[in-house]
Amino acid sequence: MGQSLVITSGKGGVGKTTATANIGAALAMLNQKVVLVDADIGLRNLDVVMGLENRIVYDLVDVVEGFCKLKQALIKDKRVEGLYLLPAAQTRDKTAVTPEQMKNLVGQLKEEFDYVIVDCPAGIEQGFRNAVAGADRAIVITTPDVSSVRDADRVIGLLESSGFERPVLIVNRIKPKMVDRGDMMDIGDILDVLAIELIGVVPEDESILVSTNRGEPAVFDGSSRAGQAFRNIARRLRGEEVPFMNLAEVQGLWGRLRKLVGLE
Amino acid sequence: MSPFRRSNSGDVARERLRVVLMQDRISLAPHLMERMKEDLVDVISRYVDVDRGKIEVQWRRADGEPALVANIPVRSVKRSVASNDRASERVL
Ligand SMILES: Nc1ncnc2c1ncn2[C@@H]1O[C@H](COP(=O)(O)OP(=O)(O)O)[C@@H](O)[C@H]1O
Ligand SMILES: [Mg+2]
Repeated sequence: MGQSLVITSGKGGVGKTTATANIGAALAMLNQKVVLVDADIGLRNLDVVMGLENRIVYDLVDVVEGFCKLKQALIKDKRVEGLYLLPAAQTRDKTAVTPEQMKNLVGQLKEEFDYVIVDCPAGIEQGFRNAVAGADRAIVITTPDVSSVRDADRVIGLLESSGFERPVLIVNRIKPKMVDRGDMMDIGDILDVLAIELIGVVPEDESILVSTNRGEPAVFDGSSRAGQAFRNIARRLRGEEVPFMNLAEVQGLWGRLRKLVGLE
Repeated sequence: MSPFRRSNSGDVARERLRVVLMQDRISLAPHLMERMKEDLVDVISRYVDVDRGKIEVQWRRADGEPALVANIPVRSVKRSVASNDRASERVL
């Protein structure tokens, strides 16, 4: 029996889909059997971020409505062993599925997979309730800006009141240079106000855009710093102690060297 | 804040967030605000006679710091307060 995770944020555009694709692929690289579930019905995107958009035959709503078997809707990623996608429907909306149906679906997937990772839509309405319905754990993602952190706080409150004991946090799109000159909240600031456990820090990185253009998750690119950060998150999810290299994790080798020789 | 040294925008963001989240959290839990009002009245009523129906508790900003401002109309002050400073212990 595997475990299910939901990646959520409240606010849109903070990196839920990017994180789902990359953490999923990174877990598969660690020899885990992983299925990614796109719960953003009507606005599906995980398929294009993964580069699997041309292989969709059936979708999540087809499964729920009994038009096909669950297995028929799963798309196997050929780049890494054990990685699958269950795409969202594009021509329907959130009301096509109920939280009970999602719970059921995720439960079935947990029997086959080590990790079921659900990409949550923005907002806190039915789409959110559907996405969290079957999840054992929740990962909240935020960027270091006031409105995104505020929405994260709201979502953490909702998660806690629906029984998630300890949601964990990813801070995405950190810009070390801006933090250094004091024009961006740092990780400590954000953890102070949100008071939850940190599971990863992902730098702002052009390689995310390049990898999304190509439909190849950044974790496949050994030189991507964001990819490295997502691989670290996957290892932490596996229970490994991977030290946070603080900003060094996001600064890359050059930043670390400069720190070492006292330039910063 | 000194007009000559603007504080970094990261610090400004953190402070604004701190206040906004306090307000969000309390306003999302109106029953909590109500309970706090009740408790306040209970404590204050040991000393003075207050008008329960007219109590107002609000969030304000005092010098940029979040503050709870309570407006509690007083009807009368109990005689026992003046005559016996251990009144509160008896009531407790
Ligand atoms: N660490 C990052 N560095 C640079 N761009 C990023 C990063 N994370 C996400 N993005 C970009 O931000 C946009 C929104 O990301 P996405 O994952 O679609 O967010 P969400 O699913 O929360 O709406 C995308 O264009 C994505 O490429
Ligand atoms: Mg998305």
